[in-house]
Amino acid sequence: MNAEVTAAPAVAETVPEKKEFWRWQENTWVDETKDWKTAKIITCGIDVGSVSSQAVLVVDGELYGFNSMRTGNNSPDSATNALQGVMDKCGMKLEDIHYVVGTGYGRVNVPFAHKAITEIACHARGANYMGGNGVRTILDMGGQDCKAIHCDEKGKVTNFLMNDKCAAGTGRGMEVISDLMQIPIAELGPRSFDVDVEPAAVSSVCVVFAKSEALGLLKAGYTKNKVIAAYCQAMAERVVSLLERIGVEEGFFITGGIAKNPGVVKRIEKLLGIKAMETKVDSQIAGALGAALFGYTLMAKKAAG
Amino acid sequence: MIANYGYKDGSGEYYISIDTDKCIGCAAERACLTACPKQMFEIITDDYDDEVAWIKKPNCRTLSYDCADCKPSGGYTSLPCITACTPGAIKHSW
Repeated sequence: MNAEVTAAPAVAETVPEKKEFWRWQENTWVDETKDWKTAKIITCGIDVGSVSSQAVLVVDGELYGFNSMRTGNNSPDSATNALQGVMDKCGMKLEDIHYVVGTGYGRVNVPFAHKAITEIACHARGANYMGGNGVRTILDMGGQDCKAIHCDEKGKVTNFLMNDKCAAGTGRGMEVISDLMQIPIAELGPRSFDVDVEPAAVSSVCVVFAKSEALGLLKAGYTKNKVIAAYCQAMAERVVSLLERIGVEEGFFITGGIAKNPGVVKRIEKLLGIKAMETKVDSQIAGALGAALFGYTLMAKKAAG
Repeated sequence: MIANYGYKDGSGEYYISIDTDKCIGCAAERACLTACPKQMFEIITDDYDDEVAWIKKPNCRTLSYDCADCKPSGGYTSLPCITACTPGAIKHSW
């Protein structure tokens, strides 16, 4: 029997696009009202963090522009790309910049940096610029670590504590929850308030166990919003316990990506009984801004002789 | 400046605090460097250009294990680093 072999029908080659719910908004901004070409001192701060990288340009001691983007698998490339993004936006070249300061966990790998300064000192300095000289307590909720900092009226660190051993209560934890719930990361905060009754915090904010914990709650009948609320509450409790170790003074300022999540911020404020100071500047650039300001101070001192 | 090195995890809080104001121009001639059996202390120039002691980075994440031998269960009645630091700059949280 001669069975006629026919070609199998073509399989549709369209692969469904995987949505990256965790992907936060990368951002480039330049102050169009200023002209950097007339500036005496241009400095740059580059913060290469574990999750995001920022390049900030400071012109004569004032914030001029920034670029905030995701850190790649290579710190020097991340630093270069971050800086290139903001330079392209304003038509600047590397040789126009008088001093570059690197900060963040990849600070020693910034190829064109003149100096490296820890992110602790830079966040304090940046927060002092963004929130004014009344800032005393800073909480930096970074991508994979958390820092509690006290500073004086000049933004000089007087007390600090950092937890970089455990990623609980950090931006990466929020990204994991965002992907798991299939809700864009920017919506997590507002949706965490859309619950009938505020749930108890999840028992573990461990990023590794977050998935199983959240799935368990969904199985138990929690809505997605309720799971998010429980996770935001747990993150808030976690960082508040860190803050309480060094004490919290009035003039409370939050930096880092999580500062954009009202679900966590409002819960922290409730636990502490203090309202966080507000700023129009992107909270994620505090470290790089502080680094650029350190550079400006050094150059201004040098210029003054 | 009070610099806290260490971490908090599921088992507890493990921080060594160094009061760098007492550390600058050390009156104990940097005795912490040799007092610590694990040689965890190191002198660095901090962000404000002061020469101060800190805890070496790898030890910051393993303090509960690194310091265990010097705690009472290890036979010590007082911590060697705290005893050696006569200006009183070093404290343990646990």
